[in-house]
Amino acid sequence: MISVKNLNKSFNGVSVLKDISVTFEAGKTNLIIGRSGSGKTVLLKSIVGLHEVDNGEIWFEDTLFNKLDFKERKKIRKEMGMLFQGSALFDSLTVEQNVRFPLDMFTDKSAEEKDERVNFCLQRVNIINANKLFPAELSGGMKKRVAIARAISLNPKYLFCDEPNSGLDPITAILIDELIKELTEEYSMTTIINTHDMNSVMEIGEKIVFISDGVKNWEGNKNEILTSDCESLNDFVFANALAKKLRATDK
Amino acid sequence: MLKFLTQIGLYFLLLKKVFSKPEKRVIYYKQTMREFVNLGLTSIGIIAIISFFMGAVITLQTAYNTENPIYPKYLIGLGCRDSMILEFSSTIAALILAGKVGSNIAAEIGTMRVTEQIDALEIMGVNSASYLILPKIIATLLFNPILTLIAIIVGIFGGWMAGTLTGVITSENFIYGIQYAFIPYYITYSLIKTLFFAFIITSVSAFQGYYVDGGSLEVGRASTKAVVYSSVILLLFNVILTQLLLS
Repeated sequence: MISVKNLNKSFNGVSVLKDISVTFEAGKTNLIIGRSGSGKTVLLKSIVGLHEVDNGEIWFEDTLFNKLDFKERKKIRKEMGMLFQGSALFDSLTVEQNVRFPLDMFTDKSAEEKDERVNFCLQRVNIINANKLFPAELSGGMKKRVAIARAISLNPKYLFCDEPNSGLDPITAILIDELIKELTEEYSMTTIINTHDMNSVMEIGEKIVFISDGVKNWEGNKNEILTSDCESLNDFVFANALAKKLRATDK
Repeated sequence: MLKFLTQIGLYFLLLKKVFSKPEKRVIYYKQTMREFVNLGLTSIGIIAIISFFMGAVITLQTAYNTENPIYPKYLIGLGCRDSMILEFSSTIAALILAGKVGSNIAAEIGTMRVTEQIDALEIMGVNSASYLILPKIIATLLFNPILTLIAIIVGIFGGWMAGTLTGVITSENFIYGIQYAFIPYYITYSLIKTLFFAFIITSVSAFQGYYVDGGSLEVGRASTKAVVYSSVILLLFNVILTQLLLS
């Protein structure tokens, strides 16, 4: 479980996150949704410690993460996996070297054990016969899956995904969503996903937090989102013509 | 002024991160070996070509400026030797490496920054500054002195070739000249300068790449800045070190 309490973050005097408090539950896919520029990525990067917050608290279980120093954070970071918007695979390493990297860095496993784990993770995300390829030789969907394999290679307790479906076709996007959901349940991870894709929201949104202009405006699940009274959330959810038409018909 | 001081402060803070204890020595060792190839071995060709022609030109220019019969011919060989050892092998080679290696380092690390690869390392708990920069510094500190020695040897060879093929000096005179009044300390001086220059090129270029903020345009700018700043700092240190080591 990850809890955020009264979080504030600003850049050059411009407030980006305003007094955000929310709890992300373990074993569930927690979604942060909102328009582009609403502060989703800043919130996610603040939680993982890539941005230092102005004030507020970030708790990983019963550890106050944002007050720890670099060395103490390292301990928790080894339990984190993150899927970046652009996959962030290491260009100079092959697919298998990318997945193997955390194992080489933080475990004392033998070469055979590492190979076994790498192959298991790659198979788990349905990457077959691509071990020796470099990231530049992969499609967008494959890159995302390799990035997921790298993220889960150390059996993390926490998985963070920043726009996992961006740039993917609808079918591949659903596959990635389903994969993240399956892995979350399989490993009982606390998963936090940043997205503005309504398909993802309706597919895997077990807990949803809506952010608008750096403020948390709504919190609920995928069953509650369509019947919410929150005006800014409705503007976001029913933004496209089809959704507006369906809503009007429903009414 | 404040911006300049901030940059200096950031540079030293980065160095502090770079020289912190490595996570796993074996990984750093492998990375250093990779950098030996990327930054060192691949530079041998350019350094050899440039040194050869520099040596040739020094010989020809010295010959045409010392045509008076009161100057002994062997001075051409001596001039070529001392110019190559004292200045060309270390400083000019370092300026060329600032262009080749410096822009390479800034572009590589800058691209890793804008594509979030550095963030990915940080999330894993890896000290990204140390992992990415320390092997490059070690590789250049160990390999650039070898490049300097190659530059000296090839440069003098180039001078001998140009001198004997054009007939401005005989082979015997040239060889006598390069042996005449040889001061071994000049080699030490040149190697000490090379070590400083290697550190400046690598650390300044890495600094420019590591703090890139934006996209490909900024990576390009960082690459240019890396070459310009490291060249200027290198020339400044050339004066300081020469005064300290030769006075």
